[in-house]
Amino acid sequence: MSEGTLYDKVWNRHKVTTLPNGQDQLFVGLHLIHEVTSPQAFGMLRERDLEVARSDLTHATVDHIVPTADQSRPYSDDAAEEMMSELEENVRDAGIEFNDPTTGNQGIVHVIGPEQGITQPGKTIVCGDSHTSTHGAFGALAFGIGTSQIRDVLATQTVAMEKQQVRKIQVDGELGEGVEAKDIVLEIIRRLGTEGGVGYVYEYAGEAIEDLGMEGRMSICNMSIEGGARAGYVNPDGTTYDWLRETDYFQEHPEEFDELMPYWESIRSDDDAEYDDVVTIDASELDPVVTWGTTPGQGVGIHDPIPEPEALAADKQDTARRAQKHMRVEPGETMAGYDIDVAFLGSCTNARLPDLRRAARVVKGREVADDVRAFVVPGSQRVQRAAEAEGLADIFREAGFDWRNAGCSMCLGMNEDQLEGDEACASSSNRNFVGRQGSKDGRTVLMNPRMVAAAAVTGEVTDVRDLREVTIA
Amino acid sequence: MSDPTEEIPEVDHVTGTGIPVRGNDIDTDQIIPARFMKVVTFDGLGQFSFFDLRFDDDDNEKDHPMNEERFGDANVMVVNNNFGCGSSREHAPQALMRWGIDALIGEGFAEIFAGNCLALGIPTLTADHETINDLQQWVDDNPDGEIEIDVAAETVRYGGREVGVTVDDAQRKALVDGIWDTTALMKANERSIAETAANLPYATGN
Ligand code: SF4
Repeated sequence: MSEGTLYDKVWNRHKVTTLPNGQDQLFVGLHLIHEVTSPQAFGMLRERDLEVARSDLTHATVDHIVPTADQSRPYSDDAAEEMMSELEENVRDAGIEFNDPTTGNQGIVHVIGPEQGITQPGKTIVCGDSHTSTHGAFGALAFGIGTSQIRDVLATQTVAMEKQQVRKIQVDGELGEGVEAKDIVLEIIRRLGTEGGVGYVYEYAGEAIEDLGMEGRMSICNMSIEGGARAGYVNPDGTTYDWLRETDYFQEHPEEFDELMPYWESIRSDDDAEYDDVVTIDASELDPVVTWGTTPGQGVGIHDPIPEPEALAADKQDTARRAQKHMRVEPGETMAGYDIDVAFLGSCTNARLPDLRRAARVVKGREVADDVRAFVVPGSQRVQRAAEAEGLADIFREAGFDWRNAGCSMCLGMNEDQLEGDEACASSSNRNFVGRQGSKDGRTVLMNPRMVAAAAVTGEVTDVRDLREVTIA
Repeated sequence: MSDPTEEIPEVDHVTGTGIPVRGNDIDTDQIIPARFMKVVTFDGLGQFSFFDLRFDDDDNEKDHPMNEERFGDANVMVVNNNFGCGSSREHAPQALMRWGIDALIGEGFAEIFAGNCLALGIPTLTADHETINDLQQWVDDNPDGEIEIDVAAETVRYGGREVGVTVDDAQRKALVDGIWDTTALMKANERSIAETAANLPYATGN
């Protein structure tokens, strides 16, 4: 069993007791809720005549079903309007802060927590959403939970869990020009498999991780769950503290920043911490990674051949064959040159300001290819405002992109943004499952945001490094 | 509350009539199609159980035991292998429970599905192919016949005979001891929760 890691320390600090069923009861420092998974849990509370225990530690947003084009109420989709109204009523009754679109703070749940400074090192954070692992970038212990667990947290501010093992993923070396955090995590999942992390929490460490800004660390922690790990984290450091200092929370409570620093430093993994497993990756060897199949683990370097199913592990061959048929790709070919119909820049993996900045640099002075529909969905209203103020929105619009309001959008196609028929989509999101983007015949190719920009302007999967970049003055 | 076990019903026996749903690898998308997840409560989900297997595109009834009046009051579902595979949606057992199911007996269940059932106090009992086949046949012939499940003893009695079934140890303990409901278990520890919160350095004060 691991010892002396951030995971062990934060777990122990939050452990209330061991339950008779063998699980540990953990105190939850921050509970984030959204419109899709919380209403049933509120319903269960009502059935049992229970109240929300700690509305002060609960924050709500609306993201999955929110329209990103016309947001006037009532929403044109009745089901979406009903979900929104239900959330409004639940948070009003319980006195929970709701970052609805009128506040200017609305956005994807995993974008707004870090933005506002309520995502902090050494906190336990839960949300009824598997990508809650994102918040681990700040050295928080953050994981997605199911509906009955949401009910538990609402009623008690605690959650019942079994402790997992810790795998350190040491990413050495420096990333090459044009290669990003997203490529690191796609490579990790490609190597370890989509179930490789089951039973583990991932600690990301090493030079390449330390060199990343908070946004890059979030992209990596975000996709821990695609590798089977329920949570992933990075030890807090100067980069983390610089981000936190600028947030609303610590601007309003500057004294707390100094008070909390010793705690943050104390929960960092010890130099001699013990891990259940260690995996090492050399970042300097990476090219941009794109997916060729229908799981996030089916990735390949942009210039490497798509694998022969027979060359894969026995239990992967069937899925690979089916995926290649669905995607209409041939083993031996590369993904470069794969025609796309849609370019989607968005999601909690890659729709933060630096992502949009880098993509805009590729797009500037170019035009979206004929027959490609391209759109940008910022991760939050703050990202949207900042990007508009910097002129990024204009660059995208001039190139022929649709500039939208914040939400999950085509990451999962629960609003009107969906693939149609067998369209192929270059996407900065995190899941390429069959049907994920709203059409059962749709084809999703996951990649980093600059690669999405490159695909949008060329109409095909393209190594962004082959395009000359235009610098924004 | 001090003794959490006072709050959680012990599920040591389930008695009622059966409904056979045949087939291996019935996934959660079949149990409750994804489009019915765009809802704010589990309440109305019961009527959408197995919807696409029960109705065609024009909402005409198809052949399915859930459409048969004689099984309308059943509360024990008898299924085959790997039942409930696919996504982790809790909507699946919720839909079955709200249709009226209190227990499932089958050749095998997907792990997450069984876990979600446990969170609702629904036992998932397993037996070999032959035992299940016989039981399904008997239920077909005796839709009003009583089935008696003893979770602790791992037996099922029906039509004058008794057969052995298996329940996962942890699940059996949780159901029989009445410790399957984590909300009640944890709510009982309110004082320790407050102490843990008070010892955290970040702001958790009310
Ligand atoms: S952006 Fe996609 S992955 Fe992220 S929370 Fe929304 S739907 Fe989930």
